[in-house]
Formats: sequence, C-alpha cells, structure tokens
Amino acid sequence: MSPALDPVLLARFQFAFTVSFHFIFPAFTIGLASYLAVLNGLWLATGRQVFLSVYQYWLKIFALSFAMGVVSGIVMSYQIGTNWSVYADRTGPVLGPLMAYEVLSAFFLEAGFLGVMLFGLNRVGKGLHFFATVMVMLGTLGSAFWILSVNSWMQTPTGYDIAANGQFVPRDWWNIVFNPSFPYRLVHTVLAAYLTTAFVVGAVGAFHLLRDRSNAGARVMFSMALWMAAVVSPLQIFAGDAHGLNTLEHQPMKLAAIEGHFETNRDTGMPLTLFGLPDMEEGRMRAAIEIPNAGSLILTHSLNGEVAGLDQYPKADWPNVGIVFFSFRIMVGLGFAMLGIGLWSLVRRLRGSIYEARWLQRASVVMGPSGFVAVICGWVTTEVGRQPYTVYGLLRTSESHSPVAAEAIAVSLLAFIVVYFVVFGAGTFYILRAMARAPNAGEAGPDPAEPIRTTGFTPAPQLQSDAGARPDTR
Amino acid sequence: MDLALLWAFILAFAVLAYVVLDGFDLGIGILFPFLPRAAHRDTAMNTIAPFWDGNETWLVLGGGGLFAVFPLAFAVAMPALYAPIIAMLLALIFRGVAFEFRWRTTRWRRVWDASFFIGSVVATFCQGLALGTIVQGIRIADRQYAGGWYDWLTPFSLLVGAALLTGYGLLGATWLIMKTEGALKAVAVRFARPLAVATLAGIGVVSAWMPFLQPSFYSRWLQFPEIFYVAPIPLLVMGAALILSRALMRETSGPQPFLGALALFILSFIGLGISFYPNILPPTLTIWDAAAPPASLAFLLVGAAVLVPTILAYTAYSYWVFRGKVREGEGYHAHHP
Repeated sequence: MSPALDPVLLARFQFAFTVSFHFIFPAFTIGLASYLAVLNGLWLATGRQVFLSVYQYWLKIFALSFAMGVVSGIVMSYQIGTNWSVYADRTGPVLGPLMAYEVLSAFFLEAGFLGVMLFGLNRVGKGLHFFATVMVMLGTLGSAFWILSVNSWMQTPTGYDIAANGQFVPRDWWNIVFNPSFPYRLVHTVLAAYLTTAFVVGAVGAFHLLRDRSNAGARVMFSMALWMAAVVSPLQIFAGDAHGLNTLEHQPMKLAAIEGHFETNRDTGMPLTLFGLPDMEEGRMRAAIEIPNAGSLILTHSLNGEVAGLDQYPKADWPNVGIVFFSFRIMVGLGFAMLGIGLWSLVRRLRGSIYEARWLQRASVVMGPSGFVAVICGWVTTEVGRQPYTVYGLLRTSESHSPVAAEAIAVSLLAFIVVYFVVFGAGTFYILRAMARAPNAGEAGPDPAEPIRTTGFTPAPQLQSDAGARPDTR
Repeated sequence: MDLALLWAFILAFAVLAYVVLDGFDLGIGILFPFLPRAAHRDTAMNTIAPFWDGNETWLVLGGGGLFAVFPLAFAVAMPALYAPIIAMLLALIFRGVAFEFRWRTTRWRRVWDASFFIGSVVATFCQGLALGTIVQGIRIADRQYAGGWYDWLTPFSLLVGAALLTGYGLLGATWLIMKTEGALKAVAVRFARPLAVATLAGIGVVSAWMPFLQPSFYSRWLQFPEIFYVAPIPLLVMGAALILSRALMRETSGPQPFLGALALFILSFIGLGISFYPNILPPTLTIWDAAAPPASLAFLLVGAAVLVPTILAYTAYSYWVFRGKVREGEGYHAHHP
C-alpha cells in the first residue's frame, strides 16, 4: 500500500484538520465571552455608554463565531467513533463521561443563556442580562475545563485500571479529572484564548484608530486589549514554563523532542537550541544555534543539570522531532512578540501618547491573527509530541483506529476540506465584514432579524414587539 | 433495575427526543423549495428559528452519551455506518450555517436556501440509512465491526431512508398546520395528506419486512404467545392514523395533526425497542455487553439526573414562550433591508 493511503495517517490528518479548524472558534469565543462579561460589568459599574457600544459591537461577532464552533464541534464528537473506534471502545468508560459532562454542562449554561445575552438587554433588565453574560462565560470555561481534562488524561493518564477486555476503567474519578498535567494545560490554554481574543480586539481597535483616532469605541478596544497583552503575556510565559517542567516530569520524551535534545547531556550543561534542523535519521541537530547551559538552567534550574535526550528511548517511539521543534518555536516566538507589543504599549502609555502611536497600531493590526497561529502551533506541539500514542505510553495510535478502508477516510477527508473551506470561509467573511465597520457610539445590539438562538429562552415580549414592526422588503 | 438498562432508557429517550424534535425542523427543510411563495418559505423558517439548534443538541447528547455509557456499541456502530454518518454531519453543517448566513446576505440567499434544502434531505436520508442498517444487523468480531463497507446500502435501508423522508416531511407539514394560518396553512394541509399516506405505507412495509430480517424479531412479533403482548402497538398505530386522517380531512388548524404524527413516531420507536431488546445492536450485542462499568454509569448518572430534567424544563419553557401562530411577514425575525 502506498504511504499516501495509509489509513492511520489519513485518519490522523482528518482529525488534525477538523480539530484545528474547530479550535479556532472556541479559542476566540472563550476569550470573547470573558471580555463581553467584563465590558458588561464596566458599563454597569461606570455607566459609560462607550462600554455598552463596544459590548454590542463584539456581541454580533460572538454570535457568528459561536455558531461555527458548535457545528464544527458536532463533527468532533462523532469522528472519535468513525475513525478511532478501537480508541473509543478502550477509553469510553473513562473519557466518555467527561465528554458527556461537557455536553451537558456547556449546553446547560451556554445555550440556555445565549438567547438572553444576545437579545435580552431591553427585555429582562440589566441585572439579569449581566447574569446571562456571566453564565455564558462560565459555560465556555466549563467546556474548556472538561475537554482539557480529557486531553490531559490522554497525555498523563492516572486513576484507571485496565479490564480483562482491554478497556480502561475508572478507579478514582478525582485522579482522572485532575490528572497531573491538567491544571497546567487548562491555565495555559485559557490564557492563550484570552491572548488570542486580546490581539483580535486590539487589531480591530488599532485598524479603526488608524482611520479615526478620535473613535471612542476603538480607543476602548485598543487600550483594553493592550493592557491584556501587557499583563497576560508575561503570565503566559510563566505558565508555559511551568507546563514545560510538568512535561519534563511526565512526558520526558516529548520534551526532548521539543528541545531537539538527541543526546543526553552528562556532566555538561544542556544547551538551549534556538534554531536548528533536526535530523532524526542521524539523531542530531544540524546548523544549530545554541545558548550553552541555558537548557539545563530552564529545565533543571542548575547550569549542568542532566536532561534525558531522545537517545534514552527506542527510535520507534519518537515523535516527529522536526514538527514539534518548529511548531514549539513559532509558538514561543509569537508569545515573546506579544510580550513585546505589551511592553511597547506600556512605554507609550507612560508618555501619554498611546492613541497617537501609529507604528504600535500598525504592529497591532499585523499581530491580529497571531493568537490563532500560536494556539494551533501549541496544539501541534503537544499532540504530535505525544505520538506514537493516543493514550501516552499505553495505547498506540496505530492500534487505535477503526477498521475502515483508507479510501473511505481519504474521500471523507477531502469532503471535510472542501466543505470547511466553503462554509467557514463564508462565515469568516461575514465576521471580517463586521470587523471592518467602525464601532459607533450607541451601537445597536445584534439585529433582531438574525435568527434567535433557540435554546435560549428569549422572553415572550419580543414576539409582540417584533410582530409587524419591521417592513417586509421582499 | 440495573444501571445499564436505566441508561438504555435514558439514551433511547434522547434519541427519540432528537428524532421528533429535529424531525419536524428537518421536515421544514425537506418541504422548503416546494412551498409556493418566497414569503411562505420565510414564514416556515420563522416557525422553527427558535428551536432547531436546541433540537440538534439532542444528537450530540445521543452520540456523546453512547460513547460514555455504551462505548462498545459506539465503537462498532460508527465504522459500520461510516459513509451515512459522515454525509449526515456534512449535511448538518450546511443546513445549520444556512440558518445563520441566509439573513446576512441578499445576493447569496438562494445559495444558502439550497444548502438548507439539500442539507435537510441528505441528513434525513442518511439517518434512515443508518437506522435501516442497524435493524438489518451488524456483524461484530473481536470487539470490532466485521461487516462489509457497503452493508448500509441495501433495498431495506434505502426503503427506511425514503420512509424517514416522508415521515419527517409529515412532521414538518403538520407542524406548519399548527404554527401558521391562511394560505400557508392550506398548503401545509395539501402536503400533509399524501405525506401521511406515504408515512403509514412506509411504517407498514418496514414493519412487515422486519420480522424476516432477524429470527428474534420474528419470534417477538409473529409467534404465540408473544403476539398478544405486542398486539397493542399496531392497534395504537391504527388509532393514531385514524386521528391524523380525520384531523387532516377536517382541515383543522390545531395541534391534532402534529400530535397524530408524533404518536406515529413514538409508537414506531417503541416498536423498534421491543424488537431490539435485549440487544442494543442486533443481532448479538446486548445492552449489558456494550455497557461501560458501573463506576462510569453511576458517575454520569449523578450529573444527568440533575441536568437532563433542567434541560427539558427550559426546552419546554422555550416552546411555551414561542407558542401560537406565526403570521406571514411577521414572526421571530424579519428581513434585512
């Protein structure tokens, strides 16, 4: 069989493609839901109308992103069964309930309160409307909680037994949910979502400031986003470092691959490789640019600390070093670029000229999509880095897949690619079009002409007030 | 009652909730291009705008729940239904975003209307194919699907797919009878009559065919003394058919036709349950074979016991809020200029 039609590889491509596309939306909506809750709270606390205008501006974009996150998420839940049926059978007793809890709780909070959040401001009163916004925020965070618990358990499994039929079965739910890498992964991912949103909001604010530096809404967006960048990007670097140490403890082989650390250093310090071309065949790094001893210093907090290299493990168990090495460096590089923007903004703030800082604004526009790139690179690092396992050290990817013919997976992969680009391309176009419009004072909320999101119990008065109020243009 | 059986009932309920709830809004999509005027199509869409998304969430609950409590059934059924499931997911994406995008463009509205119709038809037909395939029986060896890759493509599964199209169409038409008035309601009555006949014919042919697909079905439905215990089901189907046809003849504008169609679906579903028991996937995989260990079932039951009734309560509330007729040119939302 030709390598291009390897069913496992095709199934991996399919999962990688659909999950990467899917995660773009939650990465944005997790942060945006929190931002909306903050804006709503600021408006209630200060009474300044501009906070409400900015809230209404982003609410419309939130509705579209949320919808696309939901439809692409349905695919994920079924793909586990279609392409990874052995994995589904083995891990179902442990991971199934966690995922079901995500559905139940995310559904409960997000869908239940989304209608009030989108359309309820004039109908349920400010207090209840704020409550709904906070509930939607908690829903997105709850969703992140469960799904990261699932992912972390696959990386650092604990609290299970293996039954005679090969299934992982629960022994201690606390240890399953709060497995060793979960807290690090959760914090790192939520902060990443916050930064992603901050840079999108900052870019939109900067874009409109460059056209009209007096626009009050754009000023609020830009200023708040860069406060976020200045405060959260150093926190994120700290959290990322802690996550790295956790990976060293629980997934040392993954860490060695990330660092391109082929040979275990003994008696000498491990260098920090800034750049290089990993050669897995020969097991060494070509054209490496290194900082001596810095690797040991970061990972062991001593200049000559020993760090296990890939040579400690059979070559058949190595992940693809090139992919994780580069994706990690892109992520970290973008993280430091974010920090740079944050510090730059502090300097301009001290000088009292942040709204006049044209080059900072241009840089912010360019950095708009950086969060998405960093987040995807982060996931690539952690997911490719745990290969060749689906459950780390216990269940191999090559043993996890469905008994499905490669052709079927290839055809469905092609269908997903075409459909996703058409459908989510159109959705992204509608979002960008909304972002290209400058925020107005007295921004209206979502057009009631938009479909009411459903599970939300939009209050009855809406029906009467809408009836016949808008002319039929057909 | 043991946990596995309890969960079988909960999941069966989730699937039934999905079928009847998404059934009527998929039905609107199936009827969509046949509604004679653009204004009718908009009104029809307005009648389901507040509900369709919540309806679809039951599908996620059904799939996620199956993975959690009957992982082996999930792991076997999904590969067996590979093509219909993937096609259904893609169709549901097209259909779902059509709802959102349609209101954001005038130039492209026809495209999103087409994607709403085609998505609804394909999703429905694939669900029928999947059901037909499961009824035929799924071969399992060594905890894996062991059948062929086109087992889902048989005359029987095609029949179930076609029957489901008419059934969802009937649910959609009777929903419109309940939710609209005037010319659109009259159109809906005109559609509902042949769809009711076709749906009953579909139920009849599938029911007559089923006992010959699996020996266990045969003994449950056609052998003495079991036949006495199950006889009420076909009798109740006839009763529901009578109520439905009388309501359609009288051109009522009330909920009777919709409730009649609902009764047909619920009774058919109970009939399937009776046929399947004690299997979750005929012919060999039982509820207890497929169930996750009690620790998993109990852990999830705690949450489900609180959350499922809560979800049901506010779903019911949302239907209550949007009760009553939707008039042409009005509704839950109007058009963009």
